[in-house]
Amino acid sequence: MTALKLNGVNKKFGRVQVLNDISLEVEEGEFVVFVGPSGCGKSTLLRVIAGLEDASSGEVFIAGEKMNLTPPARRGIGMVFQSYALYPHLDVRGNMALALKQERQPKSVIEERITEASRMLDLDAYLDRRPSELSGGQRQRVAIGRAIVRQPKLFLFDEPLSNLDAALRMNTRIEISNLHRQLNATMIYVTHDQTEAMTLADKIVVLRDGWIEQVGSPMQLYNDPANQFVAGFLGSPAMNFLPASLLNAGDERIFGIRPEDLVIAANGPLAAKVTHVEHLGGDTNVVLEASNGTPITLRLFGQHDIGFGAALKLGFPAGKAFYFDSDGKRVAA
Amino acid sequence: MNKARRNPLNIAAAHAILLTYTAIALFPVFVILINSFKTRKAIFREPLTLPNEESFSLIGYQTVMQQGDFFLYFQNSMIVTVTSLFFILLFGAMAAFALSEYRFRGNTLMGLYLALGIMIPIRIGTVAILEMMVASGLVNTLWALILVYTASGLPLAVFILSEFMRQVSDDLKNAGRIDGLSEYTIFFRLVVPLVRPAMATVAVFNMIPIWNDLWFPLILASSEATKTLTLGSQVFIGQFVTDWNAVLSALSMAILPVMVLYVIFSRQLIRGITSGAVK
Repeated sequence: MTALKLNGVNKKFGRVQVLNDISLEVEEGEFVVFVGPSGCGKSTLLRVIAGLEDASSGEVFIAGEKMNLTPPARRGIGMVFQSYALYPHLDVRGNMALALKQERQPKSVIEERITEASRMLDLDAYLDRRPSELSGGQRQRVAIGRAIVRQPKLFLFDEPLSNLDAALRMNTRIEISNLHRQLNATMIYVTHDQTEAMTLADKIVVLRDGWIEQVGSPMQLYNDPANQFVAGFLGSPAMNFLPASLLNAGDERIFGIRPEDLVIAANGPLAAKVTHVEHLGGDTNVVLEASNGTPITLRLFGQHDIGFGAALKLGFPAGKAFYFDSDGKRVAA
Repeated sequence: MNKARRNPLNIAAAHAILLTYTAIALFPVFVILINSFKTRKAIFREPLTLPNEESFSLIGYQTVMQQGDFFLYFQNSMIVTVTSLFFILLFGAMAAFALSEYRFRGNTLMGLYLALGIMIPIRIGTVAILEMMVASGLVNTLWALILVYTASGLPLAVFILSEFMRQVSDDLKNAGRIDGLSEYTIFFRLVVPLVRPAMATVAVFNMIPIWNDLWFPLILASSEATKTLTLGSQVFIGQFVTDWNAVLSALSMAILPVMVLYVIFSRQLIRGITSGAVK
């Protein structure tokens, strides 16, 4: 069964069109990530699904039911916010219990679900604390717990990791991933971070300016991007784009190659000069300048001693090159 | 803390300035207080000395207690001030919430319209207000005063509170909506506690002018049963003879309740004033 179906959803704020004709299906148990640069409409789309914003037109189905006019509380969703949004006047237990109390669940059920959630999220020691007495990571776990206890059909995450520091972000990412496996629930996750998208998603939805650019599994999008935007957005460091005329005179297409696919080769077709070297230990990122001034990033595994200003020739396996037309659409090699 | 701020000279200077200001601000209150305990002669002969055995007298307080019903005036002032503040805060906060939270056509215009009252003194409309109160039979009731004060306090309340309410996290309100809280619950349980400092600020700004007002009690509610404290004290001020003992005693007593209210709000007020600065 489809957990979520969007049918031609449009959203306008005044005269500004924020979402354009979004149609999407999410299967039960899938982990779907909406990713895109800030202002691409991904958070708005999540809010439309949650019912916090009304779609200007189009339909929203959750678990097969049309939900356009259903208030957020009755949509069977649980949501986790970027700023945690815990109720400051309630302790952790109260925060998790509130929604269940609103649903008039019996006390025993509330108690049982809180116990279960706090066990999963390791919150037992904090149940009687106020949010102000918790660290950022703990607060985010409480926010997740608040969503879990409602046993929603659909989990919505709105950039839940962006307020956490780097180390904590990775841990919480793994926790969310584990949670998805344990609960086997449908999750929709919004982020601007392509790493989060690649690591968490079963399916990535890339958005730009309110349009869906491409939908697919992380590796599908990585290996087979539909256009220059998707190719450049996923992968870190980002894909290099060069005028193809550097390789074949007169070719007007844009040529794309991932930094890890480039190799230093004495008879390579690309000539470039080193402008900067980043030594990361595990790998080395070399920033070069092509003969027309376009920057090129080259990612080498292991440690390499490359001098500033050195002139290098770069080559690549033929199958790894991408070509795009002047509108950014992918074209055959 | 850096060295410059720990410099004892700087600390002394800062305290000197603050103490001087406090002395200047409190001096009139002090003079009123000491003179309210003196005989009439002593008030005029040595207004700045403390009451001693010779000059000590409670005649002012006795006059106040005997003439006119001072406890009723107290009660009237209290009812008018507290009820007006209650309505100003309730309606002001609700209007501010609507303006800051909901997108609707004419939102900005409505906000400007509600803020317009800040610039127009309500006393300009005194004649029209009096006519309205006569027509609705509210003259010489406390409601006349409560309504006028509520109306005059609302613009500033809406203006200040809507600014503060915009700062309350959207995520928090949305989390409440997803958990099934009604808009009223979100307002009273989530938003109001977070803007409490701002509400205390609004309360203090409004409380003192209402408590001290003479104009509207004189015009709208001058009957014996509805006199406020300020109006009640006026009986001792005559065109030719003024009973200074009684006036000073009445004023001394009038300070007390407003001070109690102020203490209640002041802790919140300080947080309200500094909340923007430290974040």
